[in-house]
Amino acid sequence: MGVFSTQVAALAARSVLKTARQPAVMVSALLFPMLFFAINANGLDAASRIPGFPTDSYLDFAFAFPLVQASLFGAITAGSDLARDIESGFFDRLSLTPMRPVALLLGMLFGVIALGLLQGVVFLIVGFLFGVDVKSGLAGMVVLVGLTILVALGFGAIGATLALRTGSVEAVESAFPLFFVAIFLSSINLPRDLIEADWFRFIATVNPISYLVEGIRSLVITGWDAQALALGFGCALGILTLALAAAGTSLRTRIAR
Amino acid sequence: MTAGTYGGFFAVAGAVAWRQTYKYFRNPAFLAPALFPLFFFVAFAGGLTRVGSVPGFDYAAGYTAFQFVWALLQAVSMGGAFTGFSIAGDFENGFSRRLMLAASNRRGIVLGYVLASIARAVFTATLVTVLALVIGMRISGGYDLFGLIGLVLLANVAATLFGAGVAMLMRTQQAGPVIRTPIFLVLFLAPVFVPLSLLNGWLQTVASINPFTTMLDAARGFLAGQPENVLPAFGIGLALVVVFAGWALYALRRAEKAGS
Repeated sequence: MGVFSTQVAALAARSVLKTARQPAVMVSALLFPMLFFAINANGLDAASRIPGFPTDSYLDFAFAFPLVQASLFGAITAGSDLARDIESGFFDRLSLTPMRPVALLLGMLFGVIALGLLQGVVFLIVGFLFGVDVKSGLAGMVVLVGLTILVALGFGAIGATLALRTGSVEAVESAFPLFFVAIFLSSINLPRDLIEADWFRFIATVNPISYLVEGIRSLVITGWDAQALALGFGCALGILTLALAAAGTSLRTRIAR
Repeated sequence: MTAGTYGGFFAVAGAVAWRQTYKYFRNPAFLAPALFPLFFFVAFAGGLTRVGSVPGFDYAAGYTAFQFVWALLQAVSMGGAFTGFSIAGDFENGFSRRLMLAASNRRGIVLGYVLASIARAVFTATLVTVLALVIGMRISGGYDLFGLIGLVLLANVAATLFGAGVAMLMRTQQAGPVIRTPIFLVLFLAPVFVPLSLLNGWLQTVASINPFTTMLDAARGFLAGQPENVLPAFGIGLALVVVFAGWALYALRRAEKAGS
């Protein structure tokens, strides 16, 4: 193993352990998305009676919600952890060592992957127990977890950018409502063609989160929908690329200070 | 209480209310808690309008009004919770210790926080209402709207007293989730998106025994000009205020004993 990969591995292990040792974070990351899912699925079950609704089970339709919301929690957690490292001086001490700061960023993102994987698997198990029927089968579940991890990575990189730019836990956490707004202003609750208000449908159409949601959802309610998956993976990769570029720039700026 | 202690009670309440209100409106961050209900309202009323055409959805004033009432009650209840966070902050930074030493009648402190929370709720409720009118909400109730305002006030006062009690018992900002989570659950375990009759499974069972559902239904009835369950709703609201007032005063005594 090369020096750089050893550094990344050490910081990834630190990142995963740090998250695992915070029960409040684990509970928030696992319990709250499931709670919202349970409330939404039962509260909006009547929506599946709308003519043209793509499935007769709102439970299946709503299953993308906890996965996307969980990615958001992961991003905030990862961003806050990095900001805490900056606030506590760990980041500065690290930059005095031969360790490359980019290893900290990558290590943190491995923490996001681990949390995303855990969330994806736990939600699939709980969803299965609730009665969610994944139409694309076992292979679809694997793709679904993969797409969820990609989404989590994209959000995680945005969280890292915020942390590197502000160096403040409070600033990262105050971005939570913005992420939350972005999720709700998408096709998360209804398909775009069934959104009646023109302005809302427009926002949902230009909001990339709609395509992440629709990609994940297609695996559950449709099976294998090439277009939805291409758009979902395309948007996830696009967000990840842009966010990583922004995080890299922010990292260089912070080191230069 | 003698006339003097009455005077002290109201003087303390007035001073605390003024400080809290001033602190709230002076800090631009005060808008953040107000944005959440606005955002939920926009997301639900804008994104879910088609749900209003589901068979069995019979709310006369339309889906936007249906969502408005929940957003309004959520806004004022969470406003109460945020007042609780503020009280916890006052304990943590030592202000409450000085306040309790100076106050001639400490029960006035609780009333002061409640009055400040009402001022905050009025501001947030106005924001939600203006937004609802802008996006085309129809108001069918005339004088019935006073009933809606009454229920909104009761919800705000009850949530504030609950939050104040928790904050004064824990006396740390870590009280935040303990205040926020129960209020959040009570708000969401209710007919948020559709009427009770259209809810499904366990949520229908929980919502039907959730006292907030009665208040929510009555408030929606007032807005639509078709009041229903008025007495039970006000009864529940008043009972919550009385119970949580006792809770807040108990917590105040505990804080006094703890010397903070």
